[in-house]
Amino acid sequence: MSRLPRWLVARRLVQVGLLAAFAWAANAGAGHLLRGNLSASVLFDTVPLADPFAALQMLAAGHVLATTALVGAAVVLVFYALIAGRAFCGWVCPVNLVTDAAAWLRRRLGLHGLVRLPRTTRFVVLGLALALSAALGVAAFEWVSPVGLAQRAVIFGLPAAWSVVAGVFLLDLLVLERGVCGHLCPLGAFYVAAGARPMVRVAYHDDRCTACMACHKVCPERQVLAPLLDPTARPDFVAGGACLNCGRCVDVCADDALTFTLRPPGARPARLPLAASRRHSP
Amino acid sequence: MKTNRREFLKASAATAAAAAVGLSVDGQTQALAAAGEDQWQWDKGVCRFCGTGCGIMIATHEGRVVATKGDPEAPVNKGLNCIKGYFNAKILYGEDRLTQPLLRKKNGRFDKRGRFEPVSWDEAFTVMAEQFKKHYRTLGPAGVALFGSGQYTIQEGYAAAKLWKAGFRSNNIDPNARHCMASAVGAFMQTFGIDEPAGNYEDMEATDTVLVWGANMAEMHPILWSRITDRRLTADHVRIVNLSTYTNRCSDLADLEIIFRPNTDLAILNYLIREVIHRKAVNWDFVKKHCVFATGPRYIGYGLPRQTFATKAERDTVDKEIRKRLSEDEAIALGLGETDERLVEMVHRDKPQAHWQISFEDFAKGVEPYTLDFVAQLAKGDRDEPLDTFKAKLKQLADLVCEQPRKMVSYWTMGFNQHQRGVWVNEACYALHLLLGKQSMPGNGAFSLTGQPSACGTAREVGVFCHRLPSDMVVANPAHRAKTEKLWTLPTNTLNPKPGTHTVEMLRQLESGQVKFLWVMVANLFQNSANADHWLKAAREMDNFIVVSDAYPGISAKVADLVLPAGMIHEKWGAYGNAERRTQHWRQQVAPPGEAVGDLWHLMEFAKRFTLAECWDEKKVPGAELEGAPKGVLPDVLSAAKAMGHKPEQTLYEVLFRNAFTRKYPWPDAIANGHRNHVAERLGDGWFPEKGLWEEYRQFTLHGHDLADFDTYHRVRGLRWPVVDGKETKWRFSEGHDPYVPKGAGFAFYGPALKAIPTGDLTQVTDPAPTPIGPKAKIFFRPYMDPVEMPDKAWPFWLCTGRVLEHWHSGTMTRRVPELHRAVPQAEMYMHPADAERMGLGKGDLAWVESRRGKVRLRVTIGGRNRMPRGTVFVPWFDENVLINKVTLDATDPISKETDFKKCAVKVYRA
Amino acid sequence: MQANRRRVLQGLAQGAAGAFVGGALWGGFLRQSRAAPTVLRPPGALADEADFARACIKCGACVSACPYDTLRLADLGEDAPAGTPTFTPRQVACAMCVDIPCVRPCPSGALDRAMQDIGAARMGVAVLDPSTCLSMQGLRCEACHRACPVIDKALRLEYRHQPRTGVHAFFEPVVDPDHCTGCGQCEHACVMDVAAIKVLPRAVALGRVGAHYRIGWEDDAPVTEGFRQGPAPAAADEAVPGLDYLNGDPP
Repeated sequence: MSRLPRWLVARRLVQVGLLAAFAWAANAGAGHLLRGNLSASVLFDTVPLADPFAALQMLAAGHVLATTALVGAAVVLVFYALIAGRAFCGWVCPVNLVTDAAAWLRRRLGLHGLVRLPRTTRFVVLGLALALSAALGVAAFEWVSPVGLAQRAVIFGLPAAWSVVAGVFLLDLLVLERGVCGHLCPLGAFYVAAGARPMVRVAYHDDRCTACMACHKVCPERQVLAPLLDPTARPDFVAGGACLNCGRCVDVCADDALTFTLRPPGARPARLPLAASRRHSP
Repeated sequence: MKTNRREFLKASAATAAAAAVGLSVDGQTQALAAAGEDQWQWDKGVCRFCGTGCGIMIATHEGRVVATKGDPEAPVNKGLNCIKGYFNAKILYGEDRLTQPLLRKKNGRFDKRGRFEPVSWDEAFTVMAEQFKKHYRTLGPAGVALFGSGQYTIQEGYAAAKLWKAGFRSNNIDPNARHCMASAVGAFMQTFGIDEPAGNYEDMEATDTVLVWGANMAEMHPILWSRITDRRLTADHVRIVNLSTYTNRCSDLADLEIIFRPNTDLAILNYLIREVIHRKAVNWDFVKKHCVFATGPRYIGYGLPRQTFATKAERDTVDKEIRKRLSEDEAIALGLGETDERLVEMVHRDKPQAHWQISFEDFAKGVEPYTLDFVAQLAKGDRDEPLDTFKAKLKQLADLVCEQPRKMVSYWTMGFNQHQRGVWVNEACYALHLLLGKQSMPGNGAFSLTGQPSACGTAREVGVFCHRLPSDMVVANPAHRAKTEKLWTLPTNTLNPKPGTHTVEMLRQLESGQVKFLWVMVANLFQNSANADHWLKAAREMDNFIVVSDAYPGISAKVADLVLPAGMIHEKWGAYGNAERRTQHWRQQVAPPGEAVGDLWHLMEFAKRFTLAECWDEKKVPGAELEGAPKGVLPDVLSAAKAMGHKPEQTLYEVLFRNAFTRKYPWPDAIANGHRNHVAERLGDGWFPEKGLWEEYRQFTLHGHDLADFDTYHRVRGLRWPVVDGKETKWRFSEGHDPYVPKGAGFAFYGPALKAIPTGDLTQVTDPAPTPIGPKAKIFFRPYMDPVEMPDKAWPFWLCTGRVLEHWHSGTMTRRVPELHRAVPQAEMYMHPADAERMGLGKGDLAWVESRRGKVRLRVTIGGRNRMPRGTVFVPWFDENVLINKVTLDATDPISKETDFKKCAVKVYRA
Repeated sequence: MQANRRRVLQGLAQGAAGAFVGGALWGGFLRQSRAAPTVLRPPGALADEADFARACIKCGACVSACPYDTLRLADLGEDAPAGTPTFTPRQVACAMCVDIPCVRPCPSGALDRAMQDIGAARMGVAVLDPSTCLSMQGLRCEACHRACPVIDKALRLEYRHQPRTGVHAFFEPVVDPDHCTGCGQCEHACVMDVAAIKVLPRAVALGRVGAHYRIGWEDDAPVTEGFRQGPAPAAADEAVPGLDYLNGDPP
């Protein structure tokens, strides 16, 4: 289809725009408008925001977080948990720009990964991060996080940190498909857990679906689409959690079978009746 | 607050980056330094910087100065240096060292609106001579001027003076020493009849009391302060007194610190003199035999211009040059009665230097108003200090001063000299010492410190001034002119008898168009002069031609039309004379870079472009009066010249420089010991200019200023003149120390100048017949007077300007040493915390400091090396980006014509 | 069934092994990348470096707030955890802003937001090398002293006679750790090729007198009137002190 992938464009604008806003604010002395970076920031000198996973690690490490950071972490957590789901990974995280690029290049070159790992690996990493934080008294993932290094490389101009960006790209390109975001990143795992039942969902209209599998090709977490074609499942919206709400599937579906929708938070998908399915019409 | 600092930071970010990079710029020197230290060649020399005159050893390797060390054999510093001296090896190698002549051009020709382009020396001198002659022909000797320097070598200053006075017959030559030592000179001449201090640095080890008057010796004469500090440490009874308008680093050592209001130093001295008299501490034996009492006229003005160039804002200050309403303090200080008129005309401004002998009774009457009560309330400089405390301090000072046999030395530099009554306050200090008999003996004496490395040796001793001839002679004295003409083999009446433009006058005449050719050498005239906006404008917008000879591009070069690259110290042979009369010589160590050549060569090459016919014909000089010539005219002396053997087509170079006398000193010379001489080599005509000119100059000095021969100085670590029979003189005017004092005399103030004066009372001359006073010194009564511009509601602060240890003068050398630049990267304004808070300023904030004349923007600092009293701010002048002289006032001492940089009225507000 | 369970067990074992190895490597890296002992932190930072490292959320707000670009975030490979704020006085020293703008925006408590007096900052302490310092050789330098914002308290001059020349004094810069904030203006101003005065963290540079001794020449420990003896000391842990030794091998 040659129509404009508007959700992709919107996502990129948000990802790049956020980095640009932080970078500008940091260097133009506009602290009263925006201050900090993705780890912690303050908007208009009043609204605190902070990375809830970082806060969790710091609490595990034994630090009594100051109120600003605690409130900020709570604000962010509630926003994603209640409203946006795992949208951090798709709409904010700068590493996603890198891994999407690697995935695209991998598709173009037709490469296959070297290793395979279960998607649950990232939860092991999440557990390790918290355990090491408690054991060693430092926020264990924050010290190695490519997310942190990438965004600080851009905002504060740290040259060596760019090497991590390169590393992430090569890992995803050559070693493991969707390696970082899909299998390793504990921050992603955190948002998978936190963003299990948000308000923003991708609705499935199976009466329009032609089973062309275009969505399947572009989805970074294609296991979330599997239930759509499973006759025993057939949910009316894509389950949260691993779904990034990235809207790639919405963009590429030529039949308009996938759209964004709002549901009450905590809602479970309902099974669509068989009769409504075009595919099963006689 | 934040945006303020950010903005300023962005501006200085470039400088900081340059400084950080600059640390690796001199990698070449470092590389050389690392390799083969055993192959280094060493020779003795002197530090480039202050008047202390430390000796150094210079190491060169493969044509570069690779290192220096303090000379352990130099008696002044015995191997030590301060951190300016520590960098002597780096000052030659700044990135933008000038290496080619640069001329403003447009479409291939000189154009004042043009941009600088490199040109050959030949083109430079061609255009320069053309422009000079253009103005010389129309305006005569009064239309051309040369601004010289106390950092010229002695030979350069001598050549400059000779070229201008004997060649062009112009007295418009004045040095930057006018800004620094002129008041001291005036007082020496009036008090002693001869210039320069009686004592030497050994006074510091011999004395019991050190009074520091308005001088920051701790930062400005660091090695001397080290000697004073050691004296204090090693002798319990020694006392140090720091008198200043703000707390500086000297206060850390001082036993007694007296913070006084600007200008009231004179009142304090008169109080002390009054105490000496009332306590019967006058050393009558000494005074009766060796001194007379004197005074002079009072309403001498403030050296301000009377013409219409003052802007509207400046008017109220400038108008006081005509008449002024005396304050109550002044009325008391002048001993006026209740009914005496307070609105006075400045009737004495045309002859301020006049003075006459008075009786002791009149002298005592003059100081009588200066009681402790009067002076304390007048002079107390710190508003937060209780009056009683201040009084107690003054009394304590008087106790120290009057104590016998307590020896006492007074030191001063710019606080006394850059002063509207500078000559008067210098004289009052001498008066104090003379009354007590504490003068001209080891550890006892008033010692005027010199700031520049050779203000003494070059500017003063050679006479590079608009009114002087070498060795204390003056152009206005026919006998002096005759002697000079004889020594220079000039026809009678060659020399111009009318004093020319002193520095401030030179600038004013540049503005009025009376001077249209100006050559600035080894000095930064447009950064170092007060009320700078006037002169910067004149330089760029008037129809004139300005030449700057310098090693680095500074403000003066920026507003010039032609820039000539100059060789620096150690790249040329030379000599300096320091503050204790020690003349020190050095050889060339390395060649100058590119096309840069020593200033001596600039002068001599320029001289080749002129013939006698062009210069010794009849010249119009308004106001000149020569015997046997009509008024306002210098007669044609060409026929007289022919009779002496000169030819009209000879160049000034042949007659003044490479003449029959100096030709006798050939180059090469064994004293060189292998060292080269790029000036002699460039001239290529086989003579040794630095030696020939030295020996010629030396002849002037054999009368009390005796200098030794050239070769001798290359074998010793300098000699203090007078050098008689190979022996230097440590203390002048006292028997046993000074060969010119006859046996049995005890003391003899044998200086010949101004020794026949009229007689009078405190206010006027009663018997105008000049009476010779013999070999005596004059004890002057000088009254306190208010500064011409004082703080008021509109301009509420005193502005004082000065220096910091890390930087020299206008910073053209020291700011190019990355380490010194990093240590003090910019000039800041020192303020009292309460004043800053009142103006809404915090440490590090940007502020404007503004006067009636101009304003500059700078950063505020609170505390630090200087602590200001409320109501006074201090700004150092080394930073061309904080051109504080746009703000300062061009009032001068009317006698010495030296600018008062230490006090004017300003306002301060956030930027 | 067996195969399933085996697969599950195999998976668990692999996961455990992976977690163990990965965790060990990760933990090892974390231990290595503790800050080098010479790293300096912003004013108001938690005094213990371990506490600071735990508390810093690496948001960079302090860095943006610094008007002099003194603070910067450590890069990957530097001797501090990447993303934490530090400064290098030799490049840019702390300007000792009276309003301390860097501490105000810290969201996590790594910097003391409520700090009022910049003079109370203890970023480090200046340490002088007397063997190379120009002033200690007898020259007139003391650029560090004149640059010190707490001049004559944190850094003062002590005068001493110079026996070699006999007529000059030493002007020795002396640091008082009770007032030195560690701002580094001294290190920045030092004119030598390698600064002879450097700011080091207090834990590295300073010593500490044993708790069992008091140093001081004030008469503030007078003899106590009405002395009361305390209880007898408790017995040692060993049941019968000295027995093991006495019954051990003969000498």
